[in-house]
Amino acid sequence: MGEVIVITSGKGGVGKTTTTANIGTGLALEGKSVVLLDADIGLRNLDVVMGLENRIVYDLVDVIDGICRMKQALIKDKRYPNLYLMPAAQTKDKNAVTPEQMLKLTKDLAEEYDYILVDCPAGIEQGFKNAIVGANRSIVVTTPEVSAVRDADRIIGLLEANGLKNPQLIINRVKIDMVRRGDMMNIDDMVDILAIDLLGVIPDDEYIVVSTNRGEPAISDSKSLAGQAYKNIVKRILGENVPFMSLDSEEGFMARLAKAFGFRRK
Amino acid sequence: MDLFKLFNKGEGNNSKDIAKERLQLLLIHDRANVSPQFLEMIKGEIMNVITDYIEIDETGLEFKLTRTKRDSDNSTVPALVANIPIKKMKENIR
Repeated sequence: MGEVIVITSGKGGVGKTTTTANIGTGLALEGKSVVLLDADIGLRNLDVVMGLENRIVYDLVDVIDGICRMKQALIKDKRYPNLYLMPAAQTKDKNAVTPEQMLKLTKDLAEEYDYILVDCPAGIEQGFKNAIVGANRSIVVTTPEVSAVRDADRIIGLLEANGLKNPQLIINRVKIDMVRRGDMMNIDDMVDILAIDLLGVIPDDEYIVVSTNRGEPAISDSKSLAGQAYKNIVKRILGENVPFMSLDSEEGFMARLAKAFGFRRK
Repeated sequence: MDLFKLFNKGEGNNSKDIAKERLQLLLIHDRANVSPQFLEMIKGEIMNVITDYIEIDETGLEFKLTRTKRDSDNSTVPALVANIPIKKMKENIR
């Protein structure tokens, strides 16, 4: 029986889809069978981030409506072993699916694959409820900004109220220079405020834009700093104990960060 | 000597400290879904009871809604935390 992990945030634009794509690809690279499930009906994007937009025939709503079988809507990503995408419908809205239907779909998928990663839409309405209903684990993505942290806090409360205990936190787009200047909340500040376990920290990395342009997840490129951070997260999901980088110290910080990510600077 | 650093040293001057402080206040009310007046009301009543027995330092008073890990299963639960510095016990009542 596979694990269903929902990736959520409350606020839009903080990196849920990028996170889903990278963690899913990372798990597949580690030899797991993975389904990326886009639950953002009406505003699908996981397909373009993965570069699979031209291969969509059927989508999630087609499966639920019985128009096709589950496997017909699963697009196999040929670049990685055992990685599949189930796209969301683009022409329907979030009410096209009920929580009961989503629960059944995620259960059916979990019977055949190791990890089901559900990319949750922004907001706290129907789409959110659909995305979390089948999950047994949850990841909250946020950025070090007041608005994103506030929404993350609300989402954490809702996850816990819906029986998803111990959501784990990913802090995205951390700008090291700004943290050092004291103009961006650091990791300790954020963990202190949100009071949940930290799963990972992703430094702000221009390469994410490049990889999205290309439709190739950053985790598959060893030059990307964010990609390396996602690799660490994947290892933690698989139960490995990977130390967190320190963001607070001032001296030789970049050097140590590079080291933490396994880079050597010349 | 770095002038910029000199100005930036003090706690509370950095914009991230402002962000953190604003968030902490904001989240109290988001979490509890209660108004500041409601919290003040609870605080007032608790203070009424306590000051019958104990002399407290009102300047150091802290009263907030937060989240904490429960010991039994390590899940996070909301908590009302009151930090009440004691000056002394009231003699006449003991």
